[in-house]
Amino acid sequence: MRVSIDLERFHKSFFEESFEGLDSMETALLALDIAAVDSETINTIFRAAHSIKGGAATFGFSSVAEYTHGVETLLDQMRAGKRVITQGDVDLLLRVVDVLRGLLGSAREGTPFDAAAVTSTQAEISRALSGEAPAAVAVAKVEVAAPPVNAGWTIRFVPKPDLFRSGNDPLRIIRGLDLLGRLEVEADTAQVPSFADADAESCYLAWNLTLHGDVSRAEVDEQFSWVEDEALIEILPLAAAVEAAPVAVKPVLSLVRSNPAEAVAAPAAAPAAAQPRNNADGGSIRVGTEKIDALINLVGELVITQAMLTQQASTLDPVQFEKLLNGLSQLDRNTRMLQEAVMATRMLPMEAVFSRFPRVVRDLAAKLNKQVRLVTVGEQTELDKSVIEKITDPLNHLVRNSLDHGVELPDARVAAGKDACGTIRLSASHAGGHIVIEVADDGRGLDRARILAKAQANGLITSAQAETMPDSEVWQLIFSPGFSTAEKVTDVSGRGVGMDVVKKNIQALGGQVELFSDAGRGSRTLIRLPLTLAILDGMTVAVGGETFVLPLNSVVESLQPLPEQVKTVAGNGQVVRVRNEYVPMVALWRLFGLDSQVREAHKGILVLLESEGRKVALLVDELVGQQQVVIKNLEANYRRVPCISGATIMGDGHVALILDVGELVRSSSQAAAA
Amino acid sequence: MNPTSAATLPGAPSAHSAAGSELLTFTLGSEYYGVDILKVQEIRGYDTVTRIPGSPDFIKGVINLRGAIVPVIDLRIKFNLTTVAYNEFTVMIILNIARRIVGIVVDSVSDVTQLSPEQIKPTPEFGSALDTSYITGLGALDERMLILIDIEKLMSSTDMALMDAQSQSLQ
Repeated sequence: MRVSIDLERFHKSFFEESFEGLDSMETALLALDIAAVDSETINTIFRAAHSIKGGAATFGFSSVAEYTHGVETLLDQMRAGKRVITQGDVDLLLRVVDVLRGLLGSAREGTPFDAAAVTSTQAEISRALSGEAPAAVAVAKVEVAAPPVNAGWTIRFVPKPDLFRSGNDPLRIIRGLDLLGRLEVEADTAQVPSFADADAESCYLAWNLTLHGDVSRAEVDEQFSWVEDEALIEILPLAAAVEAAPVAVKPVLSLVRSNPAEAVAAPAAAPAAAQPRNNADGGSIRVGTEKIDALINLVGELVITQAMLTQQASTLDPVQFEKLLNGLSQLDRNTRMLQEAVMATRMLPMEAVFSRFPRVVRDLAAKLNKQVRLVTVGEQTELDKSVIEKITDPLNHLVRNSLDHGVELPDARVAAGKDACGTIRLSASHAGGHIVIEVADDGRGLDRARILAKAQANGLITSAQAETMPDSEVWQLIFSPGFSTAEKVTDVSGRGVGMDVVKKNIQALGGQVELFSDAGRGSRTLIRLPLTLAILDGMTVAVGGETFVLPLNSVVESLQPLPEQVKTVAGNGQVVRVRNEYVPMVALWRLFGLDSQVREAHKGILVLLESEGRKVALLVDELVGQQQVVIKNLEANYRRVPCISGATIMGDGHVALILDVGELVRSSSQAAAA
Repeated sequence: MNPTSAATLPGAPSAHSAAGSELLTFTLGSEYYGVDILKVQEIRGYDTVTRIPGSPDFIKGVINLRGAIVPVIDLRIKFNLTTVAYNEFTVMIILNIARRIVGIVVDSVSDVTQLSPEQIKPTPEFGSALDTSYITGLGALDERMLILIDIEKLMSSTDMALMDAQSQSLQ
């Protein structure tokens, strides 16, 4: 009994690690180039599968362990070079990753899992193991036919000069080969220098070896396994076999190249993106987010205390208190650095989001019969964990949109004079206090006429508006609810519930979305996000002696209206005319029952706010300034307050409330409707 | 815990804490009150609060308590006392109840005292004129009468409007 309780405690970390392992398996599988197999990649996949199997067996998840066992065997064959990796294998392994994910998920939740998927992939694995996988049939057949004609191997063995220094002896290898079959040895002495120049510790000899007999390739490889990095080794079947089985030779040859030094010479198609990933998994420890949040809160307090001290010290005589003031300015610097460092602990590289897209694009492109190359840039750009979690879905949607609507079918692309393979580019970069994420494709771009026609059909705009509307506003129409220009609804996209949700989610994060398009050459979507959810770019305003913070991303402009710009509607509601628009006006002092001296709009300042496509003009006494504020939850100790999204602590230690612009706009339009 | 107090204070959830344990006593006008000292986090002077729009008048607003946003309730207004003055002697008791931090404004904090079960008398019935459900008993301390309140019950009651209906049902 006690044992099972103890095990429970480890289950959580087993699942966490296993899911991470699956992620790395998936990444490695996607990075795998079957034309030039990198043994390190195979090892990564194997290790992940191996540790999942081991963990599952330890914790008694026998279904997972059994399932993984077959996979492990298959991977082991690949790793040992006994198996030529085909595209079919990679696809099978990707499906296996999905099934494993499901199996682990159901083991964690204790729910039953789709047994059909398990048995079908399991059957495929055992078929692959017995060498009869459908994709491998052609190769396998030839190999089966090969042994009778396998008369032996010709081997060219050219050791590097420093072979001896690594403790290897060519004679031992040659003797080993001799044990396998009848061996003819011919030494190549072309490189041997004159006696005076020769270094006794260098190897100048090369050998041409001919091994007769029915010897398997693996046995030959094994003899050379210690020196494969220190010598040029060419192993070819004897001439008779070469003629009989040309098909078999090719994949075998490609396997020889698994030696890293030669992999470079192999097709240069190896994905360049795989390179920068390596530094991501440096030393790290797992820490609960609540611990980090507590740290951030404490540092926040420290910053406020420090600001208070600085304020107090500002009245001191700088000559008399020189040392104290110096100390304080040092404290100021240290506090700021500490704050930055602590904030950085919550940051995750964008890779956490980007890494899922190769799979999404691959699957989707196959489904749509399109050829697409995914380029990711700036995976190391860091972003707050909570933002990362919330940006994944909108990004997923944008990438799917690009694939479905943007990138054309290969024929159409070629007809348009473009590369048949489209490109989707995902990039992330820092710009000021923001992160900019871009999803760009080189597809057909947005269709102005179709968007306008659709918008008119939906009653969003009139035909007169359609004539004069600038492109940038046309693109914004896509973000209207229920808008989709797809000719047919697919399960990929086109249900019209997409882009408005994307925009809403991004706005909820305090970000903005912009669309750019170039007809026939592609479109790009730009997302601008704050680095962290805990910090808000705010505009501080004062009303009746109280300070309020407006999120800067919803502020359009501020203006001082003339008395004639403000009109009443039905004797009660007020609107203000801003250029050619009547915007409902909300007086903050009236809304919040504050005691303000400024009652008329023309004596105060109107801040034009926009949310969810609607505008409202907010009357305040004065603008105080612009600053970044740390968002504090009001509900932790109190409750939700209408039109307030949170609170913050200002430099002087006072609390200021942050307005919820979305709710403000909604309530003003409800009031107008009433 | 104690038969006497159990008989005296039927149904009061924190009855055991009112008897035998230490109480922080404070005054509101001419009345003496006592709360379980384990619920008290700290005592501090009253400083300016940030008003919360649309809240009842006894909720003075929120303060910055070392980084946490804490609501402040003026119990004197809540208990309809006539004179409510804010000066340098006005005191705030910071309470830690139901995993929340709340400040209450009182006239003054007297001392910490301990009552024996015999000193605690049951609360008389006031009929519907007065809601006494949060009063766990009356303590006789020399000539003074100490009103023992279950501060947790008082603060989480609906008419305090301190919590959302949703989070109340979770309590």
